[in-house]
Amino acid sequence: MKMKVGTLVFGAAIGLTAAAANATTLEDVVARGELICGVSTGVAGFAAPDDQGNWSGVDIDVCRAVAAAVLGDASKVKYVPTTSKERFTALQSGEVDMLSRVTTWTFSRDVGLGFEFVGVNYYDGQGFMVPKALGVTSALQLDGATVCVQTGTTTELNLADYFRANNMEYSAVNVETADESRENYLSGACDVYTTDSSALAAARSTFDDPSAHQILPEIISKEPLGPLVRHGDAQWGDIVRWSFNAMVVAEEKGVTQGNVDDMKGSNDPEIQRLLGTDGDMGKQLGLSADWAYQVISQVGNYGESFERHIGVNTPIGLERGLNQLWTKGGILYSPPMR
Amino acid sequence: MSDTLRPEDQLGGGLPERAPPPSTVGIQGWMRENLFSGPINSIGTIVAIGIIVWLLPGILEWAIFDATFVGVDANGDGSITRKDCLVENAAGLMTLEGACWVLVYVRWEQLIYGFYGSDGSIWRPTIAFVGLLLAIAPLLFDKVPFRRALLWFAFAFPFIAVWLLGGGEWKLSSVLVFYGLIVAILPLLFDKMPGREILLWVTKIYPLFIAFLLFDAILDTLLGFSIWNTLLGPLAVWEFSPLPALAEVSTHKWGGLMLTIVIGMVGIVLSLPIGVVLALGRRSTMPAVRLLCVIFIEFVRGVPLITLLFMASNMLPLFFPEGIELDKLVRALVVVVAFSAAYMAEVVRGGLQAIPKGQYEAADAMALTYWKSMYLIILPQALKIVIPGIVNSFIGLFKDTTLVLIIGLFDILGMAKAAVTHANWIGLAREAYVFVGVVYFIFCFSMSRYSIWLEEKLNTGHKR
Repeated sequence: MKMKVGTLVFGAAIGLTAAAANATTLEDVVARGELICGVSTGVAGFAAPDDQGNWSGVDIDVCRAVAAAVLGDASKVKYVPTTSKERFTALQSGEVDMLSRVTTWTFSRDVGLGFEFVGVNYYDGQGFMVPKALGVTSALQLDGATVCVQTGTTTELNLADYFRANNMEYSAVNVETADESRENYLSGACDVYTTDSSALAAARSTFDDPSAHQILPEIISKEPLGPLVRHGDAQWGDIVRWSFNAMVVAEEKGVTQGNVDDMKGSNDPEIQRLLGTDGDMGKQLGLSADWAYQVISQVGNYGESFERHIGVNTPIGLERGLNQLWTKGGILYSPPMR
Repeated sequence: MSDTLRPEDQLGGGLPERAPPPSTVGIQGWMRENLFSGPINSIGTIVAIGIIVWLLPGILEWAIFDATFVGVDANGDGSITRKDCLVENAAGLMTLEGACWVLVYVRWEQLIYGFYGSDGSIWRPTIAFVGLLLAIAPLLFDKVPFRRALLWFAFAFPFIAVWLLGGGEWKLSSVLVFYGLIVAILPLLFDKMPGREILLWVTKIYPLFIAFLLFDAILDTLLGFSIWNTLLGPLAVWEFSPLPALAEVSTHKWGGLMLTIVIGMVGIVLSLPIGVVLALGRRSTMPAVRLLCVIFIEFVRGVPLITLLFMASNMLPLFFPEGIELDKLVRALVVVVAFSAAYMAEVVRGGLQAIPKGQYEAADAMALTYWKSMYLIILPQALKIVIPGIVNSFIGLFKDTTLVLIIGLFDILGMAKAAVTHANWIGLAREAYVFVGVVYFIFCFSMSRYSIWLEEKLNTGHKR
């Protein structure tokens, strides 16, 4: 029998798994029959456990898409909640196969930390929310305002930079959590509430009277959020990148969860390549020919995922904005499938 | 009051006993004694009553009178969300008037069991919890019916709990390792137990056995060759499993109150014996032992628990060879146990130092060995003195368990926070925190009351 040291020493449920040292991530995932995806500990609409204990959100859908492409089953994902402090170690040490947890793509993370960002699944940016009663229509009118800001975040730095660059003064009300910001803002302890605009919209949706508050048009920072993998396994990076891109291409081409079976008979060569009825893209990735078909039939295209979790019909109520397809005024753009 | 007794008192009552003055008995007397015994106390009482009268109506209104308790789909949108708690206010807006306990109602299973329920095996932690109550009852109280049988159950319980919660197949070999340690220690403590001679052999062999297994595991990792797997492994006897195999539930699904109790109980149960050993080691006359214990205790006490948890969670995985990982929960448990053991050691040392030197000398004069003099004479007295300190440590430990949140383990507070990040429940943080606070209060208050009871029970008149 195979004795596990962990079981022996601690007598508890310990996974001391000695995987073959040189296996690629793809081989590991296939052998395990499960994708291990690092997610956040809870961000509304992006990743949060629902009432039944299932994780859902747009970040979760990226994990599900990869699992569908690799294993043919979107439900074969083990979600490991990671805090913003330990997320990179979890990826580095191989505890998770990929991260999909509202992580901003920056130079230092991509280069310095040795990760590979494979795409952007949400273009975010820091914004300002003010009560309409204040009569402010632009962030440039905020001179002298009291601002609620979470300490220790890039939000705080962006805020300082923006006000200094525009020769304006502000006094900060420093808070620790998003809930605290919300409470302070609602009780009038500050005039302005600043954080990523997606979070602003999510917070506004829970106000008694959302229409009395306004998110100002200025976005003062770039926060491209996307999934990332470890450096050094290019094949795995490709798989995650194209699993996500398949969702974007599918939206571009009008392939949805509902019509994907009919689309298999489409004459459009890109759709044929996407769904694996033509070409050998799956094979090149080391996956089955219908990998993207599995992604779309089980997870849906990007637009469907967006509308399901954070779109205007959800409590979060976000507009597509920058995250609209490039053909419709946004900047969402996937390289062609050819 | 005079010291001399009047004749009628000595004779046993010439005058009939008179009722005490009305101001010293009944509710009036109680209030006089406890609430208005002097000007400062009277002012304090009045201020306190004022604060209660000022705050209580608002709290009650929020938590009870205006609150929504049961999850019904009030607004008929097909799902139960925070919107079902909204009521129309004077301005015609839909707003939350009171607490929305629907959150707790809907998320109850997650708050208690974490993600355990997604496999439909809630019955396992439930039974484990009932088992826990049965197992600790005879340890906490000595007048429990069937105490002897329950003590045996308590002995077997750790194994049953791991089997119930973790699942998987438990083979004889694992059970041997699990209980070998306890069996090996027993004859050291009791010199009149039946079969002691045989058990002493276990004591001698057990460390060798563990050393062999560790060596074997290292061999296996480095060379891919294992003595155990090639020679002893094939023997059928090891394959015998005393309990039926249950479906494995990985620890990443554990959460909620269940995880809090698991971490709390493991910490409490392990930290006391380890702490006692460390405390004895720190007072040992052997320099090497003393130095090791001092270094361990001072290192752990000098570093915050959060730092240790971060180290276990972030740095350890980088040290392990590629592909080898230790379960996150186990890493957290090791840290929690080590941390509380160091604090426990200092509490126990306080007790050891409070025992008069004569007791140590008397024990030596009886020609008792070191372990026996500690076990029979010193520790029973020392531990009794420090019961408040020990329970204080336990309560602190139980509350500290919530720090595992920062390494991505969802204890009850983590589950509550995750619940209010879901789009359906945003903004109900107050309800979530109040619920968690009440649960913590129940546990910690019970521990504190038990400690008071235990002190009373063990009070043999030496109380300082």
